[in-house]
This record gives sequence, structure tokens and C-alpha cells, in this order.
Amino acid sequence: MNRKEFKRMVSAMVPLPAENVDTDQIIPARFLKSTTRTGFGENLFRDWRYDAEGNPRKDFILNDPSRTGKILVAGKNFGCGSSREHAAWAIADYGFAVLISSFFGDIFKNNALNNGILPIQVPDAYLRFLFGEIARDPGVELAADLEHQFIQVLPGGDQQPFDINPYKKSCLINGYDDLDYLLSLRPEIGRFEAARYPG
Amino acid sequence: MGRTLFDKIWDAHVVKSQEGFPDVLFIDTHFIHEVTSPQAFNGLRSRGIGVFMPDRTRATVDHNVPTLDQDKPIKEAMSRFQVDTMTRNCRDFGLELYGLGHPYQGIVHVIGPELGITQPGMTIVCGDSHTSTHGALGTIAFGIGTSEVEQVLATQCLLQQKPKRMQIRIDGRLRQGVVSKDIILHIISRISSSGGTGFFVEYAGDAIRALSMEARMTICNMSIEMGARGGMIAPDDTTYNYLSGRPFAPKGAAWDQAVAAWRRLPSDEDAEFDRTLQFDAAGIEPMVTYGTNPGMGIGVTGHIPTLEEVEPSERNSFSKSLDYMALQPGSRLLGKKLDYVFIGSCTNSRIEDLRMVAEFVRGKKKAENLEVWIVPGSKQVEKQAIQEGLDQVFSAAGFSLRGPGCSACLGMNEDKIPAGKYCLSTSNRNFEGRQGPQARTFLASPLTAAAAAVTGCISDVREMI
Ligand code: SF4
Repeated sequence: MNRKEFKRMVSAMVPLPAENVDTDQIIPARFLKSTTRTGFGENLFRDWRYDAEGNPRKDFILNDPSRTGKILVAGKNFGCGSSREHAAWAIADYGFAVLISSFFGDIFKNNALNNGILPIQVPDAYLRFLFGEIARDPGVELAADLEHQFIQVLPGGDQQPFDINPYKKSCLINGYDDLDYLLSLRPEIGRFEAARYPG
Repeated sequence: MGRTLFDKIWDAHVVKSQEGFPDVLFIDTHFIHEVTSPQAFNGLRSRGIGVFMPDRTRATVDHNVPTLDQDKPIKEAMSRFQVDTMTRNCRDFGLELYGLGHPYQGIVHVIGPELGITQPGMTIVCGDSHTSTHGALGTIAFGIGTSEVEQVLATQCLLQQKPKRMQIRIDGRLRQGVVSKDIILHIISRISSSGGTGFFVEYAGDAIRALSMEARMTICNMSIEMGARGGMIAPDDTTYNYLSGRPFAPKGAAWDQAVAAWRRLPSDEDAEFDRTLQFDAAGIEPMVTYGTNPGMGIGVTGHIPTLEEVEPSERNSFSKSLDYMALQPGSRLLGKKLDYVFIGSCTNSRIEDLRMVAEFVRGKKKAENLEVWIVPGSKQVEKQAIQEGLDQVFSAAGFSLRGPGCSACLGMNEDKIPAGKYCLSTSNRNFEGRQGPQARTFLASPLTAAAAAVTGCISDVREMI
């Protein structure tokens, strides 16, 4: 399956300073009954976004129509908890392409990468700096350069480098996913199993 | 240099290792359930490929199933559709399904060990974060996303970067009234819900060795709640005695051979870990959480931290959590009135958990002010509970024993805790809305849950035994 290629993007940011945002908050369990991958964006952060009657909560950031950025900047340990990939689908479906936090849940991070979303881990101090920049100017833009592995507040901010596994990087840049590669290994995997479990 | 339990199993499963690439890791056993698999099957369909090694995937339905009237069609249309989709997918792709009514049906992490499918030395994955449970039998077991479920169905492998290794030692003796759930809640309260991120944990020490197999599962189950990829415990005679004679365990000469191989798995004396933590079992109290992540726990007689006791950078999250729970900083939980007690989930719904509760409540009655739901982890647990007459003890106490499933652990079926109500739960997550929109959850052990069921409020079980 080929996904969109990703090299560099420039966008405004949406700040969500809450820490330990678990995947139950990103997409509550009652919305996991679908058997397709689409349409989850509507219910992204459902219970923070809407009250019990389904009315938008005015004070929640996603309900501010001026916040159209494709980069979500979140507090520490974003995406902990349940392995539900629906969380990544909801984020992608809503329109976010880059996530920035000082820490991500492991499974969530993989799920994000498998859906063409770039999770960028930055030091706590830089995260605080970003929240400060956004507070100063809600429209401030950030460049996320995957090819050269840095982010930068525009115009002219310091380049903040980030790590990414070189394999995952090439998958994102070329729009490949793991399955393409694994499928090419099927014969080798078959031989491995036969040797491991003789008879 | 010696190797850890983790290294030994991992290295034996690497099909291919290449600089700059994650390892290609072979998966011995893959469990699937109805919620995180449908999109994976759709993916196979759209690529026009089948399941590569169908004997290595086992399916059950658990997240969505009702726990009442399980013999009737599922009332809720979307749940029914998801369960039916599972049945169709398993049929189309030639997979064994333990569906509703099947004697092996149950929560995926309960049935694997109890059927003897989970065996030491295996790699095990499932589209569910609590797959870490299976690590109690000396396996590398971890949760994956749906894209990865598709990869395992299609190739029986995953691309994985080797995590770092952490050892958590718990030595000494547990005090009366303190059980394995308290150990893990205590650890998480100390290292926080992100303290294990990036690590695979091995639990060791004489307090762990002294635990039963099922008690070990409770500990490994909650490894994910400290952010760890998984948790594991070296196999020993407790493990072999537990497995011996189970339906899928090796038999006869194959059993002896298997045990001989399993005995080589434990970490070598000189194996090194990237991080080691130590805890004293005697210093652990019955635990209860007060906030909205499992790291927010205290000893049952303790007090919720005051604002001053919380790191300045965490005060916002802390206050938000307490607002949700409608609790005051600095207050105590002892005596807090409850509306529900939920005994169930892949953390604490095994036969020993039910026995522990039954033993405590025998001859007692539940308090008037709350409802008590007991949801066995599997059909087998339910059957055993009835054989042992535990169901009688429960109904005499005014508890309701339901059919097996995930139930109020995540409230995907009808078993939801109503908005604003307080539930003391033996499950693993106290996240906002986890047990139902606006529901408020206290996590605790089955013993503390039993005590609460009788008194109607959060209680110190040590004063009641
Ligand atoms: S019981 Fe709860 S935690 Fe366990 S698998 Fe089911 S929903 Fe997940």
C-alpha cells in the first residue's frame, strides 16, 4: 500500500499541553465498533470536544475555528495506554500529519508511523518553548523537515534536531509501509519456521 | 557476558537482522479479537493475500460481548456486527475461533495461559496492549496496532527495534492482605505511568518467585501501565506445574523435552540490564488509585497528595484529574462511599481471584449502597467457579456473577458505570471515561474490592481478616 510521501511540511501548530493523554481520550472505546479505517476524525478527543448532549465545548482547543494547523503539540507521554490504532486513524483523519511531544507511548508511536504520521520527540525544555511561542502568536508556523531531521519555528528559529529510525524515515519519505517489505521475505520466513519447528 | 531471559527469546526469533533496520521478528502465537482485527482482514482482502500461517493465530470475542444472556443474539447492533464480522473473517481465512458459547471463549489474555497455548520461550502478540500478561509464563509478549496485526497475519513476522531491558526486583515477604495487584500498583505509583517507556521489564526476586502463576499474570498484565512494552517472569516449577496437563500443553515425551528447554531460559547470573529497580515487599500496603492514570496510587490508609507535594510542572494535570474524580487534594480515601464494585478484566478475573473474593465474602452480605458485578475472564473460569460453588457464595452475598468478557473494564458492551458514579474496579485503567462517559474509577486488588463490596466504601482489608 503506498501512502503519501512525506519530506517537509510547514504549518501552524495546535497546542494541547495536557500530559499523559491516553488513547482512550484520543478515541473513546465506544467509537471502536467500526470495521473500517475511516471516519474516526469526527470523534477525535470526543469527550473533551463535546459535552454529554453533543454540543461543542467552547474551551476546547479543537473547537476554535482559527486553529487549522496540521501539527499537534502535546504534553508529555502522549498516546499512552491502549494499543488501539483507531487513535492514529482519528488523528490522521482529522488532518494532523505531525505530532510533537517530549514522550510518546511506544505502541502509539508505531501506529502513528504506520499511518504516515510523524511523531517527533523533543526535550521538555523545547516543548515548553514551543508552547510559549504558540501562546505569543497562535498563528506562528513550524517547519518539520524529515529529510534533514529537524524542526524550526519560522522565520529563522534555531533548528531543533530529532531522532528517527533510518528505516522508518525512508518508509515515510517514500510512502512505503512495513508490509511491503515483510511480504518480500515470505520464503525466508517459511524456511525459518521449518527450521525452528522441525516435523 | 550472560544473556537475559528477554535476549534469549528475542535472539531465537530473529529471522533477519540488518544494520539500520529493525529486526524481523518471528511470532510464534498471535491472538486476535473482534475490535482490532477487522481492518487487518480488509487489508489482506484488498491485497488479495491469505493468512500465511493460520495455525499460529487464535481468535476469540471478548471486548464487545454482553455478559448477560450470552446465548441470545447480541442486542446492540454495532457490537453484533463486529462479532459477526469476526466470525466471517475467521471462516474466510481458515482461523480457529472461540466464539460466544464456545467452551474456550473468554478474554484473550485469560484464555491463552489457561488453555496452555501460551508457553515459555514464545513470542506472542495481539492487537491489545495487555498482551504483556502472557509474559508471566516466560514469553516475550506485547501489544500491537492493527497494521501490525495485518503484518502478522500476512507474514507471521513484525519489524521491531529491540527495546532496552529493565529488571525490577521485589524481595521480602508480602504482609497479610497484600496481594500481587498491590505490588504492581505500588511500583507504578513510584515510577509513574511513563517510567517504563522504551523498556521491556523482567520481574524478579523472591517475592515474585513466591507468587502463584495467576498472581504473576496480574503483575505482567499491568506492565503497560508504566509505559513498558511488556513484562516477563522467568519460568520455574510454578510455571511448569501450572501448564502441565492443559489442553494445548505438550504431552508425554514432548513435555519432558519442552521443560528441559524451558529450564535454560532464565537470565544468566551475570546478565546485565539497562536499568534495575528494587522494592521491598514488606513495605507494600493494599493500594488504591485516586486519579485518572494508574500511576496515581496511594496506600489505602494514605492521603491524596496536596498540591504542594506535586511537582510544579504536573500540578495542572493533577488538578484536572482530581476535578474529574471530584476529590480534594490532601484528603483520604478510606471511607469513601462507592456506587459499584467491578471484579473482572484480564488483570483480575481468573479463578484464584474469584476464590480470593469468595473466601472473603463467605457468610457476609454486600452493602446496600452499591452494586457488585463479578465478570469471570473466561468460560472455563465460569465453569470452574460454578463447580466449586463460588456462584452460590456470590449470590448469597448479593453479587451478580455474569458471563465472561471484558465488560466494564472498558464499557464497550452494556456494562457501563453511569456518569459521575464511583466504581472500585479490579481492572487496569482508571482513565477518564474508561468505564463509561464521566465514570470515576478507583483501581484496587480483588481483596480490597471484596472488602469494599461488604462495607460499601473504600476500606482497609487488613482490618477485616
Ligand atoms: S479486560 Fe480490559 S484491559 Fe483486558 S483485554 Fe479486555 S478491555 Fe483490554
